[in-house]
Amino acid sequence: MQFKTDSSPFVGSVSHLGGVMRQVLYALIPAIIVMSYFYGWGILINIILAMIIAVSFEAVSLWLRQRPIKAFLSDYSAIVTAVLFALTLPPLVPWWILMVGLFFAIVIAKHLYGGLGYNPFNPAMVGFAVLIVSFPLEMSQWLHPRWEEGNLPNLWESLQIVFKGTHELYSQDQWDSMTMATPLDDMKTELRSHYFSEIIITDSYGWVSGRAWEWVSIAYLCGGLWLLYQKIIPWRIPVALLSALTCIALIVNLWEPDQHQTSLFYLFSGATMLGAFFIATDPVSAATTPRGQLIYGACIGFFIYIIRTWGNYPDAVAFSVLIMNMSVPMIDYFTQPRVLGAKREKS
Amino acid sequence: MSLLTKSSFWTFHGGVHPECHKAMSTQRAIQTLPLPKQLIIPVQQHIGSPAELLVTVGDTVFKGQPIATMASQQLGATIHAPSSGTIEAIKKHNIPHPSALDGLCVVLRLDGDDDWGDYQPIAYADLDQYTNKQLLARIETAGLVGLGGAAFPSFVKLKNSSKKGIETLIINAAECEPYISCDDMLMRERADEIVKGLQVLLRLLQPTRCLIGIEDNKPEAIVAIKKATTPFDNVAVCAIPTLYPSGGEKQLIKILTNKEVPDGGIPFDIGMLCHNIATVYSLYNAVIKGEPLLSRVVTVTGDGVKQPQNIETLIGTPVSDLIKQAGGYTEKAQRLIMGGPMMGFTLPHDAIPVVKASNCFLIASVSALQQTKSPHALQAQMPCIRCGKCMVACPVNLLPQQLYWHTQAKDFEKVVAHHLSSCIECGCCDFVCPSHIPLVSYFRFAKSELRSQQLALEKANISRERHEFQEFRRQREKEERAEKRLKHKAALQRKKASAKGKNPKADAIKAAMVRANAKKVARAAEAKANSVIKKNPQDEAKGES
Repeated sequence: MQFKTDSSPFVGSVSHLGGVMRQVLYALIPAIIVMSYFYGWGILINIILAMIIAVSFEAVSLWLRQRPIKAFLSDYSAIVTAVLFALTLPPLVPWWILMVGLFFAIVIAKHLYGGLGYNPFNPAMVGFAVLIVSFPLEMSQWLHPRWEEGNLPNLWESLQIVFKGTHELYSQDQWDSMTMATPLDDMKTELRSHYFSEIIITDSYGWVSGRAWEWVSIAYLCGGLWLLYQKIIPWRIPVALLSALTCIALIVNLWEPDQHQTSLFYLFSGATMLGAFFIATDPVSAATTPRGQLIYGACIGFFIYIIRTWGNYPDAVAFSVLIMNMSVPMIDYFTQPRVLGAKREKS
Repeated sequence: MSLLTKSSFWTFHGGVHPECHKAMSTQRAIQTLPLPKQLIIPVQQHIGSPAELLVTVGDTVFKGQPIATMASQQLGATIHAPSSGTIEAIKKHNIPHPSALDGLCVVLRLDGDDDWGDYQPIAYADLDQYTNKQLLARIETAGLVGLGGAAFPSFVKLKNSSKKGIETLIINAAECEPYISCDDMLMRERADEIVKGLQVLLRLLQPTRCLIGIEDNKPEAIVAIKKATTPFDNVAVCAIPTLYPSGGEKQLIKILTNKEVPDGGIPFDIGMLCHNIATVYSLYNAVIKGEPLLSRVVTVTGDGVKQPQNIETLIGTPVSDLIKQAGGYTEKAQRLIMGGPMMGFTLPHDAIPVVKASNCFLIASVSALQQTKSPHALQAQMPCIRCGKCMVACPVNLLPQQLYWHTQAKDFEKVVAHHLSSCIECGCCDFVCPSHIPLVSYFRFAKSELRSQQLALEKANISRERHEFQEFRRQREKEERAEKRLKHKAALQRKKASAKGKNPKADAIKAAMVRANAKKVARAAEAKANSVIKKNPQDEAKGES
């Protein structure tokens, strides 16, 4: 009897790329709920719009590159990029902001580099970085969270703001009074004239950082811990990132306690938790060796501190991640693990 | 001995848990095959070079008669006729090898008598009566090789180790590959014989301790071996946790002793020796009973055969005979694999013979080979997202994701820098890859590519050396010729010089000729001068007109 030949192993893989990506989406649900609670419809509109735009860009890019569209869309990678990107944007940004950002994320940062698996930079962060550099005004107007300054716009108003702009509904003064800088931004400005201990007790701050942001951060943390439990992401990157950030903040804070934020403020404000568990752990653009992941994570934590404290931008996750993305090939090459039976390096 | 009664062990990095499917073939006792009509016996069934034929077509051979043997100093093992009969042909035939190439085989038509003839085995009842040298000689003439799959000649392994002695003897009975159960059944049914074989090893190697590693999914085998080894206080049966590939030599040593075999080295480098349990059983046959390696236990299993079972079969039996014994094919028979589903290789048809290294023939449908909990098993290959699952699963602690990246780029320098040579092709990386990339195939490709580069380099080096030698030789010949010429010239001159001295008449003639010449030249010059003077008036006339 004749048989077809094949090569080993003949046992198929037990895991599945789409499954991995879906887990990441599930892990983002708590944060989406918390953010929607604080900032209203703008968050969901951002996410849904981003998904539609990202999938369209992905489909067109795949078609142009003559790749199987269905197979690559069902890996969910474009949707993960879209959601992560949307979560970094202020609610109710104009629709074209999303278009521009996602064009750079999906088409430039991902497909021009060869598509899934070949992008040296984190696509969502490339999109964000382009926007924050090009449209700083639109990118820094956050709505007041739910309990301040009256009601949040309803769904219909939100859609009108996104697609038609604010001027049909609100005067410029009204709109300005509805928006504010993020606590990170606010803290940075205020620290020039006040002590940290004075600022943190004002209304827009909660126990350790911005009143809404600390809850959002906790939601990200929960999602991240779930991913760790599911072994979807390596523990080394978030642990190294958060420890490095904590240590540096602690040292500087001990040195000049009134001029600098506490470690907890750094951890629970801005995109720290999002970055630590969801952005820096993007496997394609992150370091891949065990030791490399520690170095990679710690350096991102270090850069987050440097840029937030002494740089021009209030948040620094995107730039820190992009800077470290560049160093990944070198880190990986020099941090290969010791092969079974190889001589231990003299240390 | 605290070291021996330990219930927890060390671990190696990585490993995976494929579904076992072992119970399928352990329902029946080991069956014996009726004598086949014909055996196809490859002359190379071991690591090393092919054995040299001792028979020709038409010869009648007895059971146990050597039909091919190794030239001295060659690595390999003797091949014997597994039963009596006539040599029908000596020809190229498909052999079970991953390359799917043909190998030289002896086709033996059996006469059905199974007659030992002049080769009747002589048993060694009491080991103490014999010297190590005698025991080793029996192992060598029996043509023993490792029966775990690699088929390394046992004599070579034992000869070196018995000279210096070893600290720990490891018996590999992990049998970590799914589906395979031949070692399991052997231990269940023939524990006493195995222990007698083990005594030979203990006698030869004098180890301080002997550890038998058995995966804990074989409780019956563990009980049987434990019972049989009770009289020995330096032998411990270690029920190790089931984790593929714990049966890898280096992995098993790490589990049992927490020691690492040096990269590129052998266990002997750290005072150890590792033998498969089936090899130990064949040692009993060879040394105690005096029978050469003529048969082995083979698992025939999978959903492609009606009655999966273990069969004791003669070397050279065509696989189709085993299938017949196992009740024939079912309609699900889609792949014929020698070895297990993780590291085995497929065979194109069932007319291929059983060899010393055949531990299992797995006949299965493609879908049955997949994991039941994975509905995506047959999903198409996707790009690598460097998730690192392969790195976590790798039992050698390699970076498969980086190896894959550099292999794809054909950057073989980097591939070497990432220690491709340490890859044991166990398939753990493939097993966990969410993108379903056939990583092992990529690594095999890289290995073969590196090998051919190495060969090309060696070839180039040889040609370069040849060329350089040719240049050198030409230069040397040129110089030699020049020297010869010089010598010749010198000799001539010397001859001339000596001739001059002897013949004054010649000198006188020469001197006369020189004078005559000088006169001639002087005359010619005079004539020339005159003609120039004569010519001059004409020139003047021309100038005037």
